[in-house]
Amino acid sequence: MAKERLVVIGNGMAGIRTVEELLKLTTDAYDITVIGEEPYGNYNRIMLSPVLAGEKTIDQIMLNDEQWYIDNNVRLMKGQRAIEIDRVKRCVVTQDGSVTAYDRLLIATGSSPFIIPVSGNDLEGVVSFRDIKDVDAMLKAAADRQHAVVIGGGLLGLEAANGLIQQGMSVTVVHITDSLMERQLDEPAAAMLRKSLEGRGLNFLMGAQTEAIIGKNRVERVRFKDGTEIYADLVVMAVGIRPNIELAKLAKIHCGRGIVVNDTMQTFDPVIYAVGECVEHRGLTYGLVAPLFEMAKVCANHLAKYGIGRYEGSMTSTKLKVTGIDLFSAGDFSGNDNTDELVFQDASRGVYRKLVVQDNRIKGAVMYGDTIDGTWYFDLMRDETDISDFRNNILFGQAHLGDSGHGNDNRVASMSASAEICGCNGVCKGDIVKAITEKKLFTLDDVRAHTKASSSCGSCTGLVEALLAHTVGGEYSAAPSKKPICQCTDHSHDDIRSAIKEQGLKSIRAIMDSLGWKSSDGCSKCRPALNYYLICQWPAEGLDDYQSRFINERAHANIQKDGTYSVIPRMWGGGTSPRELRAIAEVAEKYQIKTVHVTGGQRIALYGLKKEELPKIWGELNQAGLVSGHAYGKALRTVKTCVGREWCRFGTQDSTHLGIELEKMSWGSWTPHKFKMAASGCPRNCAEATIKDFGVVCVDSGYELHVGGNGGIKVRATDYLCTVKTEAEVLEYTAAYMQIYREEAHYLERTAPWIERVGLTYVKEKIVEDEANRKSLAARFIESQKYMQDDPWEERAKGGDKHEFEPMKTITPHKETVEV
Amino acid sequence: MSVAKSQDQWVVVGTISDIPKLGARVVRLEAGDIAVFRTADDKIFALRDQCPHKGGPLSQGIVHGDRVACPLHDWKISLNSGIAVAPDEGCAARFPIRLEGETIYLSLQSSDVAA
Repeated sequence: MAKERLVVIGNGMAGIRTVEELLKLTTDAYDITVIGEEPYGNYNRIMLSPVLAGEKTIDQIMLNDEQWYIDNNVRLMKGQRAIEIDRVKRCVVTQDGSVTAYDRLLIATGSSPFIIPVSGNDLEGVVSFRDIKDVDAMLKAAADRQHAVVIGGGLLGLEAANGLIQQGMSVTVVHITDSLMERQLDEPAAAMLRKSLEGRGLNFLMGAQTEAIIGKNRVERVRFKDGTEIYADLVVMAVGIRPNIELAKLAKIHCGRGIVVNDTMQTFDPVIYAVGECVEHRGLTYGLVAPLFEMAKVCANHLAKYGIGRYEGSMTSTKLKVTGIDLFSAGDFSGNDNTDELVFQDASRGVYRKLVVQDNRIKGAVMYGDTIDGTWYFDLMRDETDISDFRNNILFGQAHLGDSGHGNDNRVASMSASAEICGCNGVCKGDIVKAITEKKLFTLDDVRAHTKASSSCGSCTGLVEALLAHTVGGEYSAAPSKKPICQCTDHSHDDIRSAIKEQGLKSIRAIMDSLGWKSSDGCSKCRPALNYYLICQWPAEGLDDYQSRFINERAHANIQKDGTYSVIPRMWGGGTSPRELRAIAEVAEKYQIKTVHVTGGQRIALYGLKKEELPKIWGELNQAGLVSGHAYGKALRTVKTCVGREWCRFGTQDSTHLGIELEKMSWGSWTPHKFKMAASGCPRNCAEATIKDFGVVCVDSGYELHVGGNGGIKVRATDYLCTVKTEAEVLEYTAAYMQIYREEAHYLERTAPWIERVGLTYVKEKIVEDEANRKSLAARFIESQKYMQDDPWEERAKGGDKHEFEPMKTITPHKETVEV
Repeated sequence: MSVAKSQDQWVVVGTISDIPKLGARVVRLEAGDIAVFRTADDKIFALRDQCPHKGGPLSQGIVHGDRVACPLHDWKISLNSGIAVAPDEGCAARFPIRLEGETIYLSLQSSDVAA
């Protein structure tokens, strides 16, 4: 079949990003032509500020050089302006009269700076701040002239002013209102910003309205409405941008402020798409890079006739790209009669934070000075997380919620290049910054792939995102509005779970077919997740897909760095017996086990086992009554206990017995991530129940239940759920809690981050306050357990899954010597 | 010059049905294991059972498409070429496979490393 012709008008970040996304999906659907006005390849427009400030060169901000177009079979018509779209003949006419036919057209014409209509605005020395040409003009002026006037005290104007002062000019910023960046900052933050910029030598004329620009051939002075005048050798207009829609309008494509598009980025003519700053989507236009990338992805998806990706609008945040000034703004930061303001201000440290909150949801944020928590606030805002549980600490940042790894003094900007960011993979700040700039990375996934930072335990994700924002530039917004489960799909975890339930999907294949997977059979990220979701939703149907499980769950043992395995038998509630210990000792001797180690979960681990010996070892352990401890699974692990009332003079209840009962009830259950419990006999809490996924602390009057603790990556103490009177109630609450976590958390999400995401209040509503719901959750858990409680070791000791443990063939070499 | 060469260029190691779909089995050799993979569409590939990253046993990984994800650090290795999927860099040696009906013949001479 002949390829269709795709023509892209606009060689900027949005257009080329769409082409790149399209080429990732398919290289043989289209012959692609790009028409661009500028005589360059595609460069990173948001990095013009560092170029002006002399921190980067043009070459360093090139995203796609001309070789890229050649390598990817993309025809580039550079330095050419499209002047007409003929929708009847389906072709584009360019300035030189040539005609390019299309089957599908993508308009990515971007936006233009707004030039204020005053006399003299066309004099030499009056420029805007939009492209390489403008930057060249400014650098030229800076080389031999003195006075610069920047009209506009918004994001772009301040970045231009900062750049010019770095180039040695004397700079005055003229702003029409009394407060800088009034669309992003409230007055206290704006005042702090102004003070800091004044400290760098910038002058400000606030509340000043420009009346005329005066000069013979070249600009000489600027005059204001009040009659005053100032000297000017260079005037930079940075008062705003407007979408470039003339071409579309001429072709009678429906436009408002921008070219109106639907959720698949199509204009009112369905073969014509538009992306980037030129579009109007659901009544909004965007001037930031993150939304534009999201649009590009959706548009490419549609062009490739893949899936059902939709763009549903973006929530954006802003940072200022001025080295040494940290500023963050997102959402509705001014509030109204129905909102509260939470404010933290420390003038001498130069720190200011304000959150606008309505019904315990963050609606907007402004930060100045220390912005490391900007990403966190943004996530809370986007996810509409109920913050009531940590509202009294929220202004102090995430560090105060138990992220022991990173204190609040860790501002990425001030960290040295050798500071380690990712402790798992030993990646330091310098490596990450270098990868971001040299490999031109934009997203967290890119950084993970190239540097491995944040790709293991994930605890440094916030720092990496902050570093990315800081390096890529201000307009980077951390997270897309919806996080897909992996690169095989655009669907989120929640989308997939509801599809499984509502459409009755009962196999991984069915999910992939129904939701339009982009890869043939998924990847190592999505397949284990889908397998878990299926087992959780349909426990009775035996849907387990063996090949979609990680090796540990296939081999029922933990793979170690040298390819050997470790096994940990279950010790109910941390108790054992001479018979069990003897069996372990005999196995350890017989199989010459190198390491016998006592775990943190009150059990004994055997290390260095050969895979093919596992079934035999299990058979011998089974004979002493020892069964799999599931130490390898996203499953119930241990229930740690103390000896409680049976022995301890302080014990209030029989915590050991309770722990055994809990373990008997819940062993064998698969969960989104590992799940650990503990039961302590008194508030001295020797079993450390308050850092477990579910903990019981016995008190004289009954049992305190605690949830969402974690002693791992991020130490998080549990939240107190409630107190109950009897063991039977403890079991019911535990079952209900495990089930709601099983049904609602994302795969590989521990209870601690899950609770922070959904809020303790939500869990209380569902489990403590709603008795009927609690009982039905608990009943579903118990029902599911009917199908889960077979010892996997026993099955395999009796010969199950032979192919997993035995080599396909063993070849003993017969060697001969041959002459060559 | 004399070199040691295995007597049989092609060795029968089993049949396609010995390997689960989207799975792998090991052929044990004194010189080190070879992993034999089966994709969803019944293509068979063989690689040295060692990830170029830290030597993880690729036979224990999750097979998807024409790749396997190493069980230790999730590097993706192309089954066809043995090469790590970018941006990771490295290569696992390939071994030729010949199918006759269901029967799998494996050559013990890697097609990548000089014999």
